[in-house]
Amino acid sequence: MGIRFRRRFEEGGLRWALASAAGVLFALLLSAALLALRGISPASFFYVLLEAPFGSSYGLKETAVKAVPIAFCALAVSLSFRMLLWNIGAEGQLHLGAFAAALFARHLDWGSRALNLPAMGLSAFVAGGLYASLVGLLKVRLRVNEVISSLMLNYVALLWMDYLVYGPWKDPSSLGFPMTPLIPPSHSLPVLIPPRLHLGVLLVVLSSAALHLLLERTSFGYEVRVTGSSKEASLYAGMNYWRNVLLVMFLSGGLAGLAGFCEFSGLIHRLQPSMSPGYGFTGITVAWLSRVKPLVALPVSYLVAALFVAGDALQISFRLPLASVQVVQGLVLTFALVGDFFSRYELVLEGRAGEGDA
Amino acid sequence: MSAQLLLMQDIWKGFGGLWANRGVSFDLLAGEVHALLGENGAGKSTLMNVLVGLYRQDRGRIFLEGREVRFSSPRDAIRAGIGMVHQHFMLVEKMTVWENVALGMEGLGLGLKREEVLRRIEEASRRYSLEVDPKAHIWQLSVGERQRVEILRTLMSNPRVLVLDEPTSVLTPQESEGLFRTLRRVREEGRGVIFISHKLREVMEVADRITVMRGGERVATLRAEEVSEERLAELMIGRKLRLEYSKPSPSGSILAREEVLRVEDLRVEGDRANLAVDGISLSVRGGTILGVAGVAGNGQRELVEAIAGLRRPLSGRIYLLGKDITHAPVRERIALGLSYIPAERGQVGLVGDLDLVDNVALKDYWKGGLSFDRRRFEERAGRLVREFDVRVQRLDGPVKNMSGGNMQRLLLARELSSDPVLVVAVHPTWGLDVAATEFVRERLLEERGKGKAILLISEDLEEIMALSDLIAVISRGKIMGILKPEEADERRIGLMMMGEREG
Repeated sequence: MGIRFRRRFEEGGLRWALASAAGVLFALLLSAALLALRGISPASFFYVLLEAPFGSSYGLKETAVKAVPIAFCALAVSLSFRMLLWNIGAEGQLHLGAFAAALFARHLDWGSRALNLPAMGLSAFVAGGLYASLVGLLKVRLRVNEVISSLMLNYVALLWMDYLVYGPWKDPSSLGFPMTPLIPPSHSLPVLIPPRLHLGVLLVVLSSAALHLLLERTSFGYEVRVTGSSKEASLYAGMNYWRNVLLVMFLSGGLAGLAGFCEFSGLIHRLQPSMSPGYGFTGITVAWLSRVKPLVALPVSYLVAALFVAGDALQISFRLPLASVQVVQGLVLTFALVGDFFSRYELVLEGRAGEGDA
Repeated sequence: MSAQLLLMQDIWKGFGGLWANRGVSFDLLAGEVHALLGENGAGKSTLMNVLVGLYRQDRGRIFLEGREVRFSSPRDAIRAGIGMVHQHFMLVEKMTVWENVALGMEGLGLGLKREEVLRRIEEASRRYSLEVDPKAHIWQLSVGERQRVEILRTLMSNPRVLVLDEPTSVLTPQESEGLFRTLRRVREEGRGVIFISHKLREVMEVADRITVMRGGERVATLRAEEVSEERLAELMIGRKLRLEYSKPSPSGSILAREEVLRVEDLRVEGDRANLAVDGISLSVRGGTILGVAGVAGNGQRELVEAIAGLRRPLSGRIYLLGKDITHAPVRERIALGLSYIPAERGQVGLVGDLDLVDNVALKDYWKGGLSFDRRRFEERAGRLVREFDVRVQRLDGPVKNMSGGNMQRLLLARELSSDPVLVVAVHPTWGLDVAATEFVRERLLEERGKGKAILLISEDLEEIMALSDLIAVISRGKIMGILKPEEADERRIGLMMMGEREG
């Protein structure tokens, strides 16, 4: 008697959606059971879980606010994964983007938002992009594995940020808190829908569409798709692999940099030690869950953001420690991936003769 | 009459709605070589994988020496006395021969008893005249030597039934002779041998009985001395086999034709920093096919990759229509009219995850500038599918789901429709069924007729002899000689493949 996984011949979209949903449902039931041990009734758990992100217009908007950086990171990761480049440094690239935007805001004011904001966004994109290009350059020149270098550069970026907010950029009037001064409205993304839903949401939707078009309608996107399926085939067709590595890393880092720009200029309006609760890493999960498709990354990001909003509410309503909430979030993401796995593979029981096994 | 060793009765095995074996029965006597003959996809390997416990049959029973057996893993099968030598060797490259043999041994206890293993290897190697150096590392050995190790290792587990899956596909004719001698010795010991093959001649030579399979069913079981090659071919493919290809001889002298490809004293490094191509010079003229014969791993891959621009030569020159392309980028070579049909059609020549339309675009997607216009290629894809008879239901859907024959048709369609001056084809019919094989060969001859130069690399000697105008034999990175097909015979080429210089 043996158990084996076999790749499915057809990977239907419907099966993927159903399997992922089943995974999420299973994780939530498991979470409810765990929380019941702490005396929280499953009914109230599910109520808070759904009410907080979806039960009010405030909740829906808050979810969108949180979805913006997640979606940017997911797009960043999706692009690099498409070419089988494992950029797991979106977190660091996000911080470099925030840094570049803050640098502009600190020293320059071109008089109006219409001039300041594009310049800040562009510098964030370039900063994140160049930071990721370092990873590409190390790979191209010295054959350094991009997983290691991109992961390590996350810590460099985070510590650089710490240095600034605890040191030279600290706001003297912040009563000792490690943060930079608030930026003026001339450097802030306009709010689309009060209280906090800013222009970033539009920017991320546009970026997603642009990335989709890039991949499907341009020669460069075609090269990325070919290389992601078979590097040998790309060389056979005369594509320049190393140039594409650098380009893809630059664009990927740039998208993550935009996440930093939006958080800085649209939401937090200053630099502080926790610019991101790990959006760069969440982006990896989202990219995987959306099968590295830019258009799918948006709704998936929204659902994952809902999970974050619900997490905050769970903490407050039931006075749960952050760790418990993270357990719930971890379970949901893990089982969503398990569901995704089962939509790609099927379980084969090698049992008694006469069964339709392979 | 010898005792029945093995009986497989009414075996059915399906994969997702398709039957790979439909009620196949097969038996093996002690002291006989029983060949299993059939085309790729006839169900031979499935049947044997059921026998050795890799697959489980949906229906049917297996008896070993009269007792019903049911294996759930290859290990069970080995314990019961069934040893199989697979087409892809299961040897650890970094280990020595004796270490690999010791890996499969039972009853050694803890700790490696080196002296005992060496002694047993020596004994078995003498008994079956399988010459090996037990202290050599596997990676140092040629494919033929590796096969000897694999067979030796299997025989040392003392099997009653020995299964060999397409064992001669990697051997020179002389090495095959050696293998047949070993099999006769194995037979004399009262063991049974199942010999899987699709080559008629060798089956006639080595087998006592022959079972022919086609489309998952057993067509016939015959005694070798009662049947002719032609009859076997008919049984195998269900109609008369085409043994000759019409190859109008090029008018006038070959040398009078334009030289399309010229390779001068080329040296190319292999992946292990070995000198894989060691000073090769050759030339291919328009309207002719130059066949390169040789055992795989003798520098063919490196030679072709250097010509295609995928590998930098150490020294030497490559000219295409007189233009030096030794260091030209791939795209420039394509633009000059170089077409390349690589051996790995699903990984290199085609992009498995992408669909047919995207694959049609592979060589000139960039001509549209920055934008990639799928519609342009959709039209062309539709036309090529009709012209080259690629059998698909739809143009989208990853090409990796296509059959090998259809993949090759698609690859040929793209490569030949670009109107190349030189076609480099590597193992173009490997793993294809008869219909697809004929199609590919005819298309190559058609290109030859149009005046294209064709460099054909193949391990299939019959193919080389049937198609080529000139045959170059390669061994250890050197050309051993260049022959005309009418002066070449298998024995002569075989000797050259093993490194004897001529011509």
